Amino acid sequence: MTNSINEITTDAQLMMLIGTNTTEAHPIIGYKMRQAKRNGAKLIVVDPRRIDLAEEADYWLRINSGTDIPFLNGLMHIIIKEGLYDKNFVETRCENFEALESTVKNYTPDYVSKLTGISEDDLYAVARLYATTDRAMLFYTLGITEHICGTQNVMSCANLAMLTGHLGRPGTGVNPIRGQNNVQGACDMGALPNVYSGYQPVINTDVRKKFEQAWGVSLPDKVGLMIPQMFDAANNGQVKAMYILGENPVLTDPNSNHIRKGLDKLEFLVVQELFLTETAEYADVILPAASFAETNGTFTSTERRVQRVRKAIEPVPGQGNWQTIMAMSAKMGYPMEYNDPEEIWDEMASLSPSLTGITYERLEEKGIQWPCQSCDHPGTACLHAASFTRGKGLFQGIDHIPPQEVPDEEYPFLLNTGRILQHYNVTTPYSKGIQSMWSEEHSEVNPDDACKLGVENGDMIKVTSRRGSITARAKVTDRVPPGMIWMSFHYAASPTNAITSEGLDPITKTGEYKVAAVKVEKA
Amino acid sequence: MEMVKLTINGIEIEVPAGTTILKAAEQMGIKIPTLCFLEELSSVGACRMCVVEVKGARALVASCAAAVAPGMDVQTHSPAVMEARKMMLDLLVANHPLDCMTCEKMGDCNLAELCYEYGVKESIFKGDKHHYPIEMSNPFIVRDMNKCILCGRCVRACAEITGQDTIDFIYRGFNSKVAPFYDEELVESNCVYCGQCVSVCPTGALTERQMAGQGRRWEITKVKTTCPFCGTGCNFDLNVKDGKLIGVTSNSSAPVNGRALCIKGRFGWDFVNNENRLTTPLIKKDGKFVETSWEEALDLIAKSLKEIKEKNGPDSFAALSSARCTNEENYLVQKFTRAVMGTNNVDHCART
Ligand code: SF4
Ligand code: SF4
Ligand code: SF4
Repeated sequence: MTNSINEITTDAQLMMLIGTNTTEAHPIIGYKMRQAKRNGAKLIVVDPRRIDLAEEADYWLRINSGTDIPFLNGLMHIIIKEGLYDKNFVETRCENFEALESTVKNYTPDYVSKLTGISEDDLYAVARLYATTDRAMLFYTLGITEHICGTQNVMSCANLAMLTGHLGRPGTGVNPIRGQNNVQGACDMGALPNVYSGYQPVINTDVRKKFEQAWGVSLPDKVGLMIPQMFDAANNGQVKAMYILGENPVLTDPNSNHIRKGLDKLEFLVVQELFLTETAEYADVILPAASFAETNGTFTSTERRVQRVRKAIEPVPGQGNWQTIMAMSAKMGYPMEYNDPEEIWDEMASLSPSLTGITYERLEEKGIQWPCQSCDHPGTACLHAASFTRGKGLFQGIDHIPPQEVPDEEYPFLLNTGRILQHYNVTTPYSKGIQSMWSEEHSEVNPDDACKLGVENGDMIKVTSRRGSITARAKVTDRVPPGMIWMSFHYAASPTNAITSEGLDPITKTGEYKVAAVKVEKA
Repeated sequence: MEMVKLTINGIEIEVPAGTTILKAAEQMGIKIPTLCFLEELSSVGACRMCVVEVKGARALVASCAAAVAPGMDVQTHSPAVMEARKMMLDLLVANHPLDCMTCEKMGDCNLAELCYEYGVKESIFKGDKHHYPIEMSNPFIVRDMNKCILCGRCVRACAEITGQDTIDFIYRGFNSKVAPFYDEELVESNCVYCGQCVSVCPTGALTERQMAGQGRRWEITKVKTTCPFCGTGCNFDLNVKDGKLIGVTSNSSAPVNGRALCIKGRFGWDFVNNENRLTTPLIKKDGKFVETSWEEALDLIAKSLKEIKEKNGPDSFAALSSARCTNEENYLVQKFTRAVMGTNNVDHCART
């Protein structure tokens, strides 16, 4: 997020949500949005599903799945046509406006309305409202990123915020809400194939030298593989050994059959986990993991706030995960010497300029939002206040990219997937309370479709894509529009990701979980 | 800012206009008792525990809702005030079960604390008591409406923090009660089990089901930490007794969420105690997992990884780190992959 969560209730006059079911996926942020709305802020919800916040919204735009770019271009078309954009911001802070202008010129309200299913009146009203409100926050999550055009969707959001000057001040910003508790931190720490901690590129010689010196080894200079590439390489025999810590790609990654085959082909697999997961089944060695309650450390939230995790009980496996990795490393002939996680943090911080000013001591009360370059720096609640990372904000002309797979005669339904409130990926099924109330998948089916299919609430349905079939219980509801099936991915008995699309954003390699073509029958 | 001068218990103080008497007194270190008042919720002045005597006023004034005025002369603990508070407590206790010895809230009950402070033992009013069944139909929240003092904190928390509007006052007089629409149970309602209502309840009317019978409040050690579920970064207290995790409670000093949590953060922690947790390393032998020692498991890992690396080069190895694990663990996984294995093949799960 460029901005901070609490600005929702303290600063924002308008919130526009695109593809985020916030009250379920990020409940506390969602609850704050509802508070802000009830205290007078405007709320615009752009979502094909009638999510909870749609009920509160001033405008709920039931957008056709996979048409976010035309929608955003359509808003910008109106904003430019009516002269409602922030000319000062565009001139002083941004560049390449002409490219944007010439692209969005083609996205007339009439054309956009046909593509998106949103009425022209609503397009005009929302464009005007967003552009003319001083402090407007834009939020999105996976509804924007989990498409083959995820990267372009994100850029389009940035275009809109820059065009209207909704950046760099409290109560504004482009705010992707990160899903998992520490997905921000995992990126920040360099658990990525192209960067070390603090986003320092592995191909940069100076950076590499710095790490070589600190770690006392010579380091590879070529960018590594991203997850989908890893499993491709496992399938074709290039990757032969893997270590997987605390993730269950068989259940959570798209097209799980491909993942299973890859895991099967590995010569050696180590999985470190809390539970015997679907992925761990493939391991040669399973190492028991310690949970968050059993370790000291830090998590970094979606607003870039680094906060302490504190050990409350002894680790169930007898040692913390950091100790396991140290022991593994020592056996490999590279002893790491840390007495506690704080020493690991300190080493990382000393090597990562954007985090250098953060110490455990400073995190004690409220955490700190990075960037925080020195010990007297207070942290950064709002990014891009004076300039962008690259200097000027770069507008990009971006055209519509339809989903890789769209419903057709044989597979007439659109499958959309996501999270439900009660579950969180794959840990909560081990919570007895939660599992006792929400123990199985309830796929959402529109009443019209249910009627045609002869399916009643609670019936089992079989959902088939080109990649496989799964069964699940149907929940007949107009939360989904006709023609859409919505499923979560929390349940091993209904492994939704076995049938999701193979489409990938070519840049981020994020799966197109939000659109696949399926057929549905009564099971 | 406009300032207002007034006198509290004979001492003069100046505070910004609009400050409540309660706040002004608090600034002087004078504690006025409250039951229905809570900093993060709207003030309703319903329980009248916080009454004070204001010179010249016709009746006692609820200090949580009344703003200071220039020249006000306030007594916070005068005999009339003390008498009124005692009476109020007496009335509350009149239809309260007083089964404190088995009550989950004992040790953390505002009602009991105040009765202790004001010496209220048993009511002088011998009235009817309620005989509501205790609601246990959901796995998270126990509702014992016999213990409800109708302070309305839960109603305001549900409406003002979560915005769910699940519960409200229903019926009148002695039959007044807090409940979902049509006096149904929570399982029948639109409740999202955020537990905000539990976290604000000053009595044993609303308690955490998972913590029932697990320990007395004073035996519990609280460890503040960060939620392991979504990316919002809520903080809460892990409740630990005898080395065992027994629950999660709000920590109102949390920078992002304050007292608020969602079902996952507040009630999802018990995966930690699940009996299916892996406790020892396992090695696959003939397609079956068998238990082994750390030493043996790590030796096998080192041997295999070394062999594969020597035979096929560093890029034949890849590591998946975790968006659920700590920063420190992630840093070590990438360091291990790069410095020890010699490859940049490290990533974490895409499902962000
Ligand atoms: S748990 Fe949350 S939603 Fe349910 S009644 Fe309590 S405050 Fe309201
Ligand atoms: S249930 Fe608790 S919080 Fe709610 S009105 Fe009764 S005593 Fe107050
Ligand atoms: S309590 Fe709920 S909203 Fe807060 S971090 Fe945990 S899962 Fe997210």
